[in-house]
Amino acid sequence: MDFKFTEEQTMVFETAAAFLAETSDSIAVRSAMVAANGYQPGDWQRLCEEMYWQAILIPEAYDGLGLGFVEIAGILEKMGERLCCSPFIASAVVVTSALAAAGSQQQQVDYFPRLLAGQTAALAYLGRSDRWDSGAVTATLVADGDNWLLNGDYQLVAHAGGSDFLLLAAKQADGQLAIAIVEADCAGVTITGHPTMDQTRPLATVTAVDVKVTAGQLLNSGACCAQLVDDLADIGAISLAADQVGGSQQSLTAAVDYTQERVQFGRTIASFQAIKHKAADMMLKVEAGRSALYYAACVAEMWRQGSAAPGQLAEAAAMAKSYCSDAYYFVSGTAVQLFGGVGITAEYDIQLYFKRAKSTESYLGNGSYHRERLAEQLLGGVNSAGEEAL
Amino acid sequence: MNLAQNQSDELFRSEVASWLEHNLSGEFAKLRHRGGPGDEHSFVAERKAWEQCMAAGGWTCIGWPKQHGGRGASIEQQVIFNEEYARAGGPGRIGHIGETLMGPTLIAYGSAEQQARHLPGIREGREFWCQGYSEPSAGSDLGNVKTRAEQDRDGGDWRINGQKVWTSWATESNYCFVVARTQPGSVGHKGLGFFMVALDQPGVTIKPIEQLTGSSEFNEVFFDDAVCANSDLVGGPEQGWQVAMALLGFERGVSTLGQQMLFQNELDEIITLAKSNGAYRDATIRQRIATAHTGLRIMRYNSMRMLAGGDDGSLSQEAMIYKLYWSSWHRNLGNLAMDVMGAQAQLLAGEGYQLSRLQGLFLYSRADTIYGGTNQIQRNLIAERALGMPREPRG
Repeated sequence: MDFKFTEEQTMVFETAAAFLAETSDSIAVRSAMVAANGYQPGDWQRLCEEMYWQAILIPEAYDGLGLGFVEIAGILEKMGERLCCSPFIASAVVVTSALAAAGSQQQQVDYFPRLLAGQTAALAYLGRSDRWDSGAVTATLVADGDNWLLNGDYQLVAHAGGSDFLLLAAKQADGQLAIAIVEADCAGVTITGHPTMDQTRPLATVTAVDVKVTAGQLLNSGACCAQLVDDLADIGAISLAADQVGGSQQSLTAAVDYTQERVQFGRTIASFQAIKHKAADMMLKVEAGRSALYYAACVAEMWRQGSAAPGQLAEAAAMAKSYCSDAYYFVSGTAVQLFGGVGITAEYDIQLYFKRAKSTESYLGNGSYHRERLAEQLLGGVNSAGEEAL
Repeated sequence: MNLAQNQSDELFRSEVASWLEHNLSGEFAKLRHRGGPGDEHSFVAERKAWEQCMAAGGWTCIGWPKQHGGRGASIEQQVIFNEEYARAGGPGRIGHIGETLMGPTLIAYGSAEQQARHLPGIREGREFWCQGYSEPSAGSDLGNVKTRAEQDRDGGDWRINGQKVWTSWATESNYCFVVARTQPGSVGHKGLGFFMVALDQPGVTIKPIEQLTGSSEFNEVFFDDAVCANSDLVGGPEQGWQVAMALLGFERGVSTLGQQMLFQNELDEIITLAKSNGAYRDATIRQRIATAHTGLRIMRYNSMRMLAGGDDGSLSQEAMIYKLYWSSWHRNLGNLAMDVMGAQAQLLAGEGYQLSRLQGLFLYSRADTIYGGTNQIQRNLIAERALGMPREPRG
């Protein structure tokens, strides 16, 4: 086990930090927050052209970079530090992972170049929002001659607005779960963006009414995709954990910097032990969250390469997402407290971190949700098998 | 960054596991899982014999350099050894302080003569050590040491007067390393010496401190004209602080990593109990067990990051949080154990305040957040050294 970045990885992350400092500063973030789909298309294009991060998980055979989840996690940390507003997780991580894992050769030939060119996509699967695994799928895929018709409502789809194509999960008559690749502008698909409390992470409803699906549009050659949806939810959760670690780190840094400047009673408030001890508790959670993330990133990379043990991705994601969610809420909330009065003004950015902490906490499952998943692994379910069947 | 196992390390792991499996048997079988916190005084003679058995197999002091009789084992291998030792239920190590604190300190600061006199005894499980730092008025404020050392004449013996407290294993030890004031009237970190004091002499009185567990790992040690030869002064008569701090640096090393396997044993026992007594149905217990599981795994990855940071002992960010992190986690685990046991937790196995491992865990783990730098001191250190916040005013 080696928990050290390679020199190349360190370089990638340093470059990322510098690029994001320039392109995702406070002004850029605030401009993206009120942009049409929650991000500035020009910024995304620049990221794709100059950094080529959309290519990280695309194999070299398709002109991608062929890198892995350690690089993804490190870059997402830097994005989290800067509250970066972009469809990176939805498109370059989740959808790209789905296509790499379960796309046919033809699908990869068709869609990887579009992603490389800067087009974006999102996975929609949630028909209900009380769970985040494949059991949340309620849309239906019904045979219609040689083809199918897809119907359903999808909630809380992050960065669906502005997508060029969508992955839509739906249940077939036999209970098998399918994922269809669908153009965002095809007949029957409606994407409706919603105003969100955390304006850095746009959410949309996707509605599909009699959307025509052909066999060539189905992932996994039409075989059941339930495990894939579960895995993608975990990949998304690990990605959010990375954003949370970065956001926690920046909340801590900003708060400590502020307490070093703010003078009361003739001394900087950083010199008060009550403040120092809060900062120490914040740092503990940031570093522990980072450790959970690095492990999860390694497991995600093993999953990508097909070498993760059964249940290993789920466990790693549940540990990282539960810890980092709670850590980000604690650290950013405490940071607001350390900023004092200015912490609750719109002018200071710390409130934006606090909001992003809460939105990333609940999305893809909060701490309690993921701890219960771990409890199932450790202790078994609470109910008898008969009750579970309900 | 990856999770791949190093093949030679895994070979080493199976070598350790197999040696322990063969040797923790026969007369030593009864020592498995014994002698831990709250159970310090079980089988002391047998555990000293066990130290000698380990020494004969070459499994004491494996991290020491080969020229001093160690194996020169890498940090990874030392962690593996500690993990396998805990996994096998190896008994509490009476030689722990000599092996992990005094030995490395002598190797770094001792004279060749001092090394020759003490290292073989430590390595062979014949010479046991305890630590004389804390005093009634020098706890977190270690610089406030009042114990005095006066030299008869230049080059002559030292006479030591004063009191140490919280001295683990003093009753079972042959020597105590003592920080004492060599310069009358000096204050703080200056004017201190570092002495290796034999405990079996008229000037030394040891009084066990009965703890809330009913057992007494800790002791008070009184020095009344205790004699220490000049050749047992490590470093110069005013270098004591430097030596003492270096020794604390060793304390934060690998020995704390092996304890994670002990923690895993404790958590496993709690999980087994929760499954058998129905506590697993309680939603909050489920949450807390998941939290404990996650917390312990994170502790492991914290360690892995520390190890990846190199062998120089400098404190990285993740190392700065280590003590605060594990001690808080362990104390919470003790409370979780009690809550999983429920009201049954009040029933002891018998007279004489006999605590089960989980009952002992609850009580003993209260010490974790106090010794070796309280959580409050740890938070000061993190804020000041890792975050660059202003230092506490000193009186």
